[in-house]
Amino acid sequence: MLRFFLIRLARALLTVALVVTFAFVVLRLSGDPALIIMSVDAPPEAIAAFRKAWGLDDPIWLQYLRYFSAIGQGELGQSMRDGRPAIQLVAERIPATLALTLPALALKLGIGIPSGIYAALNRDSLTDRIVMITAVAGFTIPSFVLGLVLVLIFSVQLGWLPSGGQESWRHAILPVVTLGIGGAAVLARFTRSAMLEVLGQSYIRTASAKGVPWAAVVRGHALPNAAVPTVTVVGFMVGSLIAGAVVVESVFSWPGVGRLLVVAVSNRDLAVVQCILLLVAITMVSANLIVDLLYGVLDPRLRSGAKAGGH
Amino acid sequence: MADITASTAPVVASKAAPKPKKRIPLLVWFGIIWIGFIIIVALSADWITPYRFTAYDLRNRLSLPFHPLHWLGTDELGRDVLSRLIISIRISLLVAFGATVISAVFGTLMGFLAAHFRGLVEQFVLMLADFQAAMPFLILALSVLAFFGNSLPLFICLMGLYGWERYARIARGLAISAGAQGYAGAVRQIGASPSRVYLRHILPNIASTLIVSMTLTFPEVILLESGLSFLGLGVQPPMTSLGNMVGYGREYLTRAPWIMLAPACTIVMTTLAVSLVGDWLRDRLDPTLR
Amino acid sequence: MNAPLLQVRNVARRYTMRRGLLGRPVEVRAVDGVSLTVERGKTLGVVGESGSGKSTTGRLALGLEQPDAGDVLFQGAALPALGTADWRKIRARMQMIYQDPLGALDRRLSILEQVREPYDVHGIGDPKERDGLTLKLLQSVGLRADQGARYPHELSGGQRQRAVIARALATKPDLLVCDEPVSALDVSIQAQVINLLVDIQQELGLGLLFISHDLKVIRQVSHRVAVMYLGRIVEEGEADLLLQAPAHPYTEALVSAAPVPGRRGRPRIVLQGDPPNPAARPSGCAFHPRCHAARDRCKVESPALLPLPDGRLTACHVAHDQANFLKAAS
Repeated sequence: MLRFFLIRLARALLTVALVVTFAFVVLRLSGDPALIIMSVDAPPEAIAAFRKAWGLDDPIWLQYLRYFSAIGQGELGQSMRDGRPAIQLVAERIPATLALTLPALALKLGIGIPSGIYAALNRDSLTDRIVMITAVAGFTIPSFVLGLVLVLIFSVQLGWLPSGGQESWRHAILPVVTLGIGGAAVLARFTRSAMLEVLGQSYIRTASAKGVPWAAVVRGHALPNAAVPTVTVVGFMVGSLIAGAVVVESVFSWPGVGRLLVVAVSNRDLAVVQCILLLVAITMVSANLIVDLLYGVLDPRLRSGAKAGGH
Repeated sequence: MADITASTAPVVASKAAPKPKKRIPLLVWFGIIWIGFIIIVALSADWITPYRFTAYDLRNRLSLPFHPLHWLGTDELGRDVLSRLIISIRISLLVAFGATVISAVFGTLMGFLAAHFRGLVEQFVLMLADFQAAMPFLILALSVLAFFGNSLPLFICLMGLYGWERYARIARGLAISAGAQGYAGAVRQIGASPSRVYLRHILPNIASTLIVSMTLTFPEVILLESGLSFLGLGVQPPMTSLGNMVGYGREYLTRAPWIMLAPACTIVMTTLAVSLVGDWLRDRLDPTLR
Repeated sequence: MNAPLLQVRNVARRYTMRRGLLGRPVEVRAVDGVSLTVERGKTLGVVGESGSGKSTTGRLALGLEQPDAGDVLFQGAALPALGTADWRKIRARMQMIYQDPLGALDRRLSILEQVREPYDVHGIGDPKERDGLTLKLLQSVGLRADQGARYPHELSGGQRQRAVIARALATKPDLLVCDEPVSALDVSIQAQVINLLVDIQQELGLGLLFISHDLKVIRQVSHRVAVMYLGRIVEEGEADLLLQAPAHPYTEALVSAAPVPGRRGRPRIVLQGDPPNPAARPSGCAFHPRCHAARDRCKVESPALLPLPDGRLTACHVAHDQANFLKAAS
């Protein structure tokens, strides 16, 4: 188990290192940051000073090493626009984003998993059909369309809820619902198919043929086994707590990390973009790590590995 | 481990062959018809647009749908929504098609390289695939756009990186199993060159699986493209795409919701249609894909 | 051209196998110092249980895998490195017949297209004449022209194996390695395919390396026989001699288990203990845990493959002691 954990940890760190490398490569391929930041008609002395200040004249491998060690020490540079540390800018926005994504996650889990299970247990019933149609719709309707349609109905037509901003909890309702419905649909669809797969297995039929009550079969055998694949999807959702609201925040002018990212991208504020990229990578990788550990708990075969996996 | 366990796929594929023929469900018919319709619209866009998509009609600004001159109304500059919609369909389909094809070709190539060379090459490809699968693509795409700026070819290539790891995994797994015991190993043993083994034998055998993956990825690419364009970071004006139109129409949500609703409906219908057909194809051709 | 057709000299092949995703890698010696010779027009039968390394030996002999030690000489020259242009060219001289003909055929191409493929690959004959050549070839293995237009799944198992044989013969090879060529076929079809192989061998003077777990089949085709156990040859010699009077206890057990028509009531030796596992090789003579004649020496000292007075090679302490005793007594 410890070995399993250490290998996963090494892979997680490798992924983060790859993200850093990715940022560095893309950054250097994209042209001269000095010219991008200072406008083209800036005086040459100013550009030279800028280059010196940012270490842009050194050989590329030195820049790469310096880049790596700086990031290792938590120095993510200053916003090239307003000079404040990028990490501070990003950190300020995190609570706002979590205020949307955490309730949305609760909504996804609370609606998605029960309806998926219910649909699977009552296959081909009317409820199953309704859940499936909603699920397909939830996947095919992009979040910005859903968000705008909700605004059109609840803000413009009915005037019940505000259409954007962050002044009160009422402002959060529409974005949370928008985020939650889409994710709930995906999760319901996934849970249903995982459940159906498990219910078709022979050990389920054996258990119920032995006379175990159906409810106990579902609770004791089907649910734990269906949980294994579902945990992966949930893990991805947890990993997207920071990054998953980019579009929705823009629709509702919600001042979160996603909104910051979009603005930074259009302004080409590279330090901020890179900081968010790293933050997302770390969140994602940590969530994956937790999922892997949960797997070990849920699926004993993966824990020991030897008995089941070998040939 | 991988060497020994990779041989399950063809067994499953052979079981899928004898199945009673089923009639095509109604919803799938809808999907096929809509896809056909939308492709015809995209191809004949130059002839069927009533106006140039950038032409102003300043006397009829923000006119309602079912206006005698502008069936779907106009926007705030008096541009014909129908014409813009048709051009947008063309651009969005072009981006999505181009990206899907690039991604499939690139991914399959990477998968074949991994299967052929094994060792370090394979580890490298798998590492990249893991990396891509672990990161939300929207964030990666946004970062690249931040660094590189934007142009239509660059944008298509960037979208073409979406989902390549799925094709790479499929192509690698199937090529390895075909080479270890099966037909590919036999053909190689005859003395055929690697290009013959991969292009004449393995590729046709795994084509149906790859095509199914393409139809399953295609709607995701459309959603991704329209999302980025909606944020103003995808297709750039004066060009227009479905996501662009929604982004633009959002400004006039209260006064002229039809500007936003027409492209939004098109996006939803198209992704729905392709998903329905893709799911149906998967169930018919390749139940192993999930 | 005095060199034997194929000489396999002391080849070894090791795999590192992981048990599970995270298990410690275990080295498995699939083939451990095997030497073989195949002469033109003759058949060497290789027999052994699954896991004895006989298939790996076949693949090494064909150069489909690179040995970790030892070398393989084909007509006196070392095989070119795997995957090179020379390696691809020499494929025309040596071919393989597979256990599972359906797996060895491309399900998306017709039989004709596939049997024709060696001509296309090696550029034999004028492209326009190749279909004609292929049809003749199909005829020579007993397939009709209309069966050539079919796809693999439309043929029976025996017909598929005939197609695989036809494809292997297209380049008129000198060596044919048959890896369990009939074990996937119905018993009634097995004899037909074996007869076909024997006829072809007589006609073309092919050297055959015939691998099987089935002693009945080996007996029918082989001039010489090699018995493998856990990656090594334990006995090798003239087929008649070896199968009439096995010297190695393992060969003896195999022979006693295979029914021979007309002879009844022979005592059957039933092998005790676990079937061989290449990942956990016993000490000394690898066969000793299952051997009825095993002595203390067998547990510690691995027997060498040495000739007995009658010419065969045997790796068994007991058999050699007996032979020495007899020699001393006479």
